[in-house]
Amino acid sequence: QENADPQKTAFLLRKQWTLYSVTPLYRFSSANLKEYARLLGAFIAAEKQKGLAVEVGVDLDIKVTFSSLPDLRGSDQDQAAMLVQLSSRSSVPQKNSEEKLMWSGWFCCVSGDDLSENVPEDFTCLPLFLANGAESYVAIVGSWFQKTFDCRFCRLAISPLNLTWMAAMWTGCKVEKNASATELVFSVPCLPQPLDISYAIHPEDAKALWDTVQKTPGEITQEEVDLFMDCLYSHFHRHFKIHLSATKLVKVSTAIASAHCDGIIKFLQSKYLIGVLMLLTELAISQIQ
Amino acid sequence: HLATSLPLPSERDHLRPRIDLIAFMIDIKSKYSLKNVEASLAHVDASFFLGKVCFLVTGVGRVNYCSVETNAIWKLGEVYCSPVLYCELELEGIRVATAQRLLRMLQICSGQIPGVSALSFGSLMRNSADE
Repeated sequence: QENADPQKTAFLLRKQWTLYSVTPLYRFSSANLKEYARLLGAFIAAEKQKGLAVEVGVDLDIKVTFSSLPDLRGSDQDQAAMLVQLSSRSSVPQKNSEEKLMWSGWFCCVSGDDLSENVPEDFTCLPLFLANGAESYVAIVGSWFQKTFDCRFCRLAISPLNLTWMAAMWTGCKVEKNASATELVFSVPCLPQPLDISYAIHPEDAKALWDTVQKTPGEITQEEVDLFMDCLYSHFHRHFKIHLSATKLVKVSTAIASAHCDGIIKFLQSKYLIGVLMLLTELAISQIQ
Repeated sequence: HLATSLPLPSERDHLRPRIDLIAFMIDIKSKYSLKNVEASLAHVDASFFLGKVCFLVTGVGRVNYCSVETNAIWKLGEVYCSPVLYCELELEGIRVATAQRLLRMLQICSGQIPGVSALSFGSLMRNSADE
């Protein structure tokens, strides 16, 4: 598994991506990207005509580009990632009219053999979709894909249980000095007013704790994740007399990436991009199946 | 009788009626509730595990709120030889149906149903769950 070229994937970092799972695409071909861009552009223009304009009162042409991100995959078995970008350009021709990137969405599949091995020939598996930009564009782009490839998009939420796995896995990654703190955010249930508890741990302390828990490098078990979290919970309880285990873990932030239970992710280091995508692909696949 | 944990306070032992069924409630959204149940199980006399204990798992309606691994709960049922019931308390229909099930179990455990003992019913439930 090669690491993706950091220069090509730098634009994916430090942006907030909303996650969706996508069922396999019927009769999709990566050779037709230009044609798809043209068709989607026409679809968006038609929707605008119908009065479903996203930006009111602004005369904008929307340019659609489809491109391939061949490095973003786990193995050759995976379909290469595909990026869709919507840029706006003033429809009044101007000398220096710049194209402004309005919305990006990309499909990918990292180590998705569980899914791709079980679908018929005409289907392409790109189960994970990440979107950045106005949600109304997700709706438009999504409905074009659904019409064209008979697939279905569904928001991908991340359960507290899966967030604890991310916390453990990402804490275990080696990071340089001055890495940002590991932060866990908990939402306290059953209160008249919402209360969030933020628990920040020095990244070296967190890694030291994880290193005492993990027995086999490269392997993580549920017991190890539970033990890691239990240590953090009891430490907190000792100081504040609050049982974090009775609250809901809603967000995990480390130097590698941050994830929110509503299905929002931020990649912070290109070195670990593929690893995080592999985990997210797994979550997307289990939502589909 | 409702309690947040075991053991029950000893001061009221002499006033307490016979206990026929213990239903341990685990909220799938709270790891703490699982730990609490595990700690309380240690205070239960072994004879109760012959059909007079069950685990009631609540909050199962929303998969994405899950803080407890379902495998851990299944293992608990296996280790303590007791059935695991799943329900969603927020939905009235399921709440009522679960209450009726528990009531039925209680009737059997208290010996009110002739021909069916707590132990035989317990093993019947576990065998059908395995299928």
